Amino acid sequence: MRGIAKAFPGVQALAGVDLDVRVGEVHVLLGENGAGKSTLMKILSGAQRRDAGTIEMYGIAVALATPREARDAGIAIIHQELALVPEMTVAENIHLGRAPTRYGFLDHGPMVRGAAALLKQLGSTTHPNELVGTLSIAQQQLVEIARALSLDARILIMDEPTSALTERETAKLFETIRSLTARGVAVIYISHRLDEIFDIGDRITVLRDGRHVVTQPIVATDRRELVRLMANRDVDELVPASTRVAGRPALRIEGLSHGAALHGVSFSVRSGEIVGFAGLLGAGRTEIARAVFGLELDVSGRIFVNEREVTISSPRDAIAAGIGFVTEDRKREGLVLGRSVRDNVALPILSRLARLGVVRSRHEHATAEDAVRDLNIRTPSVRQLAQHLSGGNQQKIVLAKWLATGVRILFLDEPTRGIDVGSKQEIYLLINQLAADGVAIVLMSSDLPEVLGLSDRVLVMREGRIAGEFTRADATPEAVMACAVGM
Amino acid sequence: MISRPTLRRIVAGREAGTALGLLVLCIALWIATPFFATAANLTNVAEQSAIVGVIAIGMTFVILTGGIDLSVGSLVALAGIVMGAVLQRGHSVPVALTAGVMAGVVAGIANGVMVTRGSLPPFIATLGMMSVARGAALMLSDGRPISGFPDALRVLATSRVVGVPMPVVLMLALYLVAYVVLTRTVLGRYMYAIGGNEEATALAGVDVRFYKTVVYAISGLSAGLCAILLVARLNSAQPIAGIGYELDAIAAVVIGGTSLLGGSGSVIGTLIGALIMSVLRNGLNLLGVSSYLQQVAIGVVIIVAVLIDMALRRRVQRSSK
Repeated sequence: MRGIAKAFPGVQALAGVDLDVRVGEVHVLLGENGAGKSTLMKILSGAQRRDAGTIEMYGIAVALATPREARDAGIAIIHQELALVPEMTVAENIHLGRAPTRYGFLDHGPMVRGAAALLKQLGSTTHPNELVGTLSIAQQQLVEIARALSLDARILIMDEPTSALTERETAKLFETIRSLTARGVAVIYISHRLDEIFDIGDRITVLRDGRHVVTQPIVATDRRELVRLMANRDVDELVPASTRVAGRPALRIEGLSHGAALHGVSFSVRSGEIVGFAGLLGAGRTEIARAVFGLELDVSGRIFVNEREVTISSPRDAIAAGIGFVTEDRKREGLVLGRSVRDNVALPILSRLARLGVVRSRHEHATAEDAVRDLNIRTPSVRQLAQHLSGGNQQKIVLAKWLATGVRILFLDEPTRGIDVGSKQEIYLLINQLAADGVAIVLMSSDLPEVLGLSDRVLVMREGRIAGEFTRADATPEAVMACAVGM
Repeated sequence: MISRPTLRRIVAGREAGTALGLLVLCIALWIATPFFATAANLTNVAEQSAIVGVIAIGMTFVILTGGIDLSVGSLVALAGIVMGAVLQRGHSVPVALTAGVMAGVVAGIANGVMVTRGSLPPFIATLGMMSVARGAALMLSDGRPISGFPDALRVLATSRVVGVPMPVVLMLALYLVAYVVLTRTVLGRYMYAIGGNEEATALAGVDVRFYKTVVYAISGLSAGLCAILLVARLNSAQPIAGIGYELDAIAAVVIGGTSLLGGSGSVIGTLIGALIMSVLRNGLNLLGVSSYLQQVAIGVVIIVAVLIDMALRRRVQRSSK
């Protein structure tokens, strides 16, 4: 790719970027959100048209004007946001658009066998006849990868493929990637997880603000340098240390049970304390937050806020009790993407901003302006639609929503998923600031360094139960991991 | 009251395109026939748009939240018959009108409850209500029109305010109210939010069920108000009134640029959409186009309007990340 340029209204997303990918290599593409990685990959996969620049494959210029052209040229992309049909089976999804047919009818035999072989290759235990909608996000991600593999792609683009995978699943994926590159497939790998980049990458290209910064062999660099190159400043990559004093118990949960997902979970969080929940995917972390927030039916157990028992049967009850919940899937559950930053921030407190049902726009505007300033949300104006902002800034809007309601207890589920290093850092600082201000924080995350770095106490979930509790000092990655897998 | 950025947004918004379509249509008819651009004809066009225009307000609200209301045509008939029946029992005009409008509201609430508590798809719930309300209207009236309304009611159809027919004045007043509700009130904001992302809105602590029910109640209310205009104009209440109005209302909303997926659109667009439908019918009549061909033409306009809208939407989407 040579001199690729792309402009959106108000933003020059790419300003003449070059990228060359060699046969059989894993080429890591690194950059903060908004650096232009996604746009570049959308152009390569035909989803977006370039304003300028040329693309050559094996020395021949190609147009790649549509996704179909790109696919036929052997380019496959695995999206960070999954693009599967939940109502169809795994096998049908894998073969979507080019299912084997016999006399015009779907031929299920070869389809299921093909899917099973691909899934096995990826170490997935998912059956090809299961409905995709019933799978966990990690399983769905593997299905998506299997679909790309089934295309026999010569160039495979992976956008954050491990963001929902466990370490074991990640290891399996890397094995698969290595066997693909050994067969001459070129892999373009986008990830924010610096650890795995060094594990899997051969060469690395860093983008910043739509420009090419550097391309070099991965062995010639180190984490600190990469972070500096991405952000063009020295960022302390580790979670910032903080000193704060925990106050009185803000939230106490007793014997929380919900179907097969939770079995008698009890814990408490004090104001100004960050309690982290670690555990494998599906161990029940998200379910705790959903149950407490009134999103699940058939929940038993008692909830005490400030030592007074409360009944919560809907998000409204939870909010009234001073509890907020930053969900794992901000696009589906966190934001109204088609509305402005202002509308999103004001949504939970609209009635407070209104007199006789009429929204006082000056109050609303001021609230949003304050949030943008306090949280350093990068947006041209509070009228900008949420969908036009980067993941990190979107997440800040979600946080701003809850801060506006004045919650004293905040559940954070995967608060930095799919967010670049710079924004991550800012969100960590925010979380620390909130705790310092006396908010009780329950943090759920698959990112172990994140949980360990932020939490005062770490609770480890396993199969719907709390399997262990660690103080900050005892919580080493090895100990927590061992507890999570039941060793 | 309207700030400069607001003005700029209106000019740049989708309503501008719809308005342009209306303008082009009017100019074309002005050139094609000498009868179009006369005061009498234009007044007539506006008057004709009032009936569907009023139901289309409620329809806009429902569609904004991602729903649909197929029952409004039947509710117009039911509300009208209730008005007639109450009048026949010797009650005053205000009492009768209120009773009729309330019938619309109650049926609307029933729609809302079926959708939010019974988890019925809006299409099915309101399809059922469409039949139930029509049947109720026929039962109440024994299938016969009720006539003989007092003159006090006729005034609503025949009087004029500085030359503008009363129904048009009432319609414009209702649009103004709806515009303020949508852009300035909590209810309006919630409608956009629910249509844009229902799950996120519920998680923000909004009582989504309640507000959706309110929206269907408003749709029933606008059907009831429409019934007042219709009864006043015809000087009788008919159990078979309003057949097909729901489709005209949906067409006006869609031509006006409101997304059937919910979350985006405006009542200004709907008003222009209702006017386009009315102008088109009138123009085709003036040009002597057969009523059969008129049906075809109107269908084509609906499809083309949505095609253009989708194309614009795609362009907007492509130009964002």
